[in-house]
Amino acid sequence: MTGHRSSAASDAATGNGASPGEPVIDVSGVDFGYTATPVVENVSLTVESGEYVAVVGPNGSGKSTLMKLMLGLLEPDEGTVRLFDEPAHAFDDGDRIGYVAQQASASKEMPITVREVVKMGRFPHVGFGRLSAEDWRIVDDALATVGMGDFADRRITNLSGGQRQRAFIARALASEADLLVLDEPTVGVDAESVEAFYDLLDALNERAITILLIEHDLSAVTDHADRVVCLNREVYFDGPTAEFVESDALARAFGTTATVVGDAR
Amino acid sequence: MNPVLQTSPLDPLLAPLYAVLDLWSAFMFLLWDLTGLGLLQYQFLHRAILVGLCIGVMAPLIGTFLVHRQLALIGDALAHTAFAGVAVGLFLNAVIDLGVSPYLTAVVVAMLAALLIEVISETTDAYNDVSMAIVLSTGFALGTTLISINAGGLAVGINQYLFGNLSTVSPENAAILLVLFVVIVATVALTRNQLLYVTFDETAAEVSGIPVTWYNRVMVMLTALVVVGAMQIMGVILVAAMLVVPVAGAAQVTRSFDGSLLVSIVLAELAVLLGIGVAYYAGATAGGVIVLVAVAIYVLAVVAGKVQTAVGDEETPTVGAIDAGEERTAD
Repeated sequence: MTGHRSSAASDAATGNGASPGEPVIDVSGVDFGYTATPVVENVSLTVESGEYVAVVGPNGSGKSTLMKLMLGLLEPDEGTVRLFDEPAHAFDDGDRIGYVAQQASASKEMPITVREVVKMGRFPHVGFGRLSAEDWRIVDDALATVGMGDFADRRITNLSGGQRQRAFIARALASEADLLVLDEPTVGVDAESVEAFYDLLDALNERAITILLIEHDLSAVTDHADRVVCLNREVYFDGPTAEFVESDALARAFGTTATVVGDAR
Repeated sequence: MNPVLQTSPLDPLLAPLYAVLDLWSAFMFLLWDLTGLGLLQYQFLHRAILVGLCIGVMAPLIGTFLVHRQLALIGDALAHTAFAGVAVGLFLNAVIDLGVSPYLTAVVVAMLAALLIEVISETTDAYNDVSMAIVLSTGFALGTTLISINAGGLAVGINQYLFGNLSTVSPENAAILLVLFVVIVATVALTRNQLLYVTFDETAAEVSGIPVTWYNRVMVMLTALVVVGAMQIMGVILVAAMLVVPVAGAAQVTRSFDGSLLVSIVLAELAVLLGIGVAYYAGATAGGVIVLVAVAIYVLAVVAGKVQTAVGDEETPTVGAIDAGEERTAD
């Protein structure tokens, strides 16, 4: 279990918990396939502390699989994945990672309030114990940070898509994670909320939280991320966003018709 | 009055629990003196009421975690394998004179089946109707086969396992149930955080360092324990209802998870007590009456939920500004 961590460990949560120079994620020469056909092939990349990295690629390009490899939910067939300088699949320091999925995966008809969802962010810290007053303060701070304080006692299934995703961000904040991993977080969220959502990510990144965004919406990526990894089984591009917009990586990875819609606005 | 009528190899172990049962019985007699309720005068009903009260806590407690993972039917599947366990127990008692309660063999078999279902779902990556249906029918088929090859004499005794019976709750079985009750409540109390996280969002729970596979295994094994415990009164066929119906009712009228846990237990206790009362005075099978009462309560809860929504105490608050950066605002 990951519980029963000393309170000193929560120092790591201020955002720069990774010791200087230690990469947050280090993927090296990774192959992976669910069957004999590789889904991800010879992928190497490193995410440093404080970066804002977007992984883009067409449907079926293996970006969600790469994310699962990075989070240690899958083990690579070849190569190594390290998370905070530990093998990813053995990594169990859960309070360092906040994970926000596509909202579709969390749309259950379960009676649970927003505050109870955000509370889960404290579970890696308290283990089998109860939440202390301090834990509850962190929960309420996280709710305030995403502007959802007034929704604390709402049933989460009664919220709009955008509000729900904010609640999940708040859960990640409550865990005081150094690394925020988001898997197409704005699918099914209305356009207005999407803008506010990315503004929130920008703000969190300024607080030195490392952000890894798996995204199909290229305009969001080019407007917000510092660095783009373009994936279609292999890495087609890895570099600053401005260079990505100039390059032909997109056409090569997606086929010829794709364009970056973001820079037209 | 000595409650230990038959002897069992477990009697020395269960002795302290028999004392608890005697204490409970004394309390019930006191209640009889005060209220004059006829059903409180029988010691076997005292045990049945105690067992019913325990079921009213542990069934919705586990059921809440199952229902919200769309696993409502797993209780049914495990109940039918527990029936196979009962048959194994009866068989062993008849053949080698083992002398243990068939509920104990049911515990063992149901827990093995629970693990099997879980391992199947891990390897096939999904809980599916088909594997559940196969386990369910295999259990029931095994049970009926064992009973039928073991001479007709046993067939007389199986009605109590199929439909449950208030009057056959022996001290030994009541004591076994108390043990199950303590194990279940203690396990959930200890691991409630992890179980909640796994129930709500399995992937995020895994990322946060919770060994999800293990908690899933714990959960199905607890389900097996509940099912066997509740079988005494509810019977194999109706036991799953106690895992599902009160929970579904509570989900209609509550918005928080803690609230829904509490409400589902209250609804289940209501159904158990009303059900035992009605069954006693009407001379009906308790299991059936309890489920009917539970369903009636569920319907009331649905209506109450609709009224709650229609009255609309929820005026929509506005989303606050994002407050993450220093001078940054949302718009």
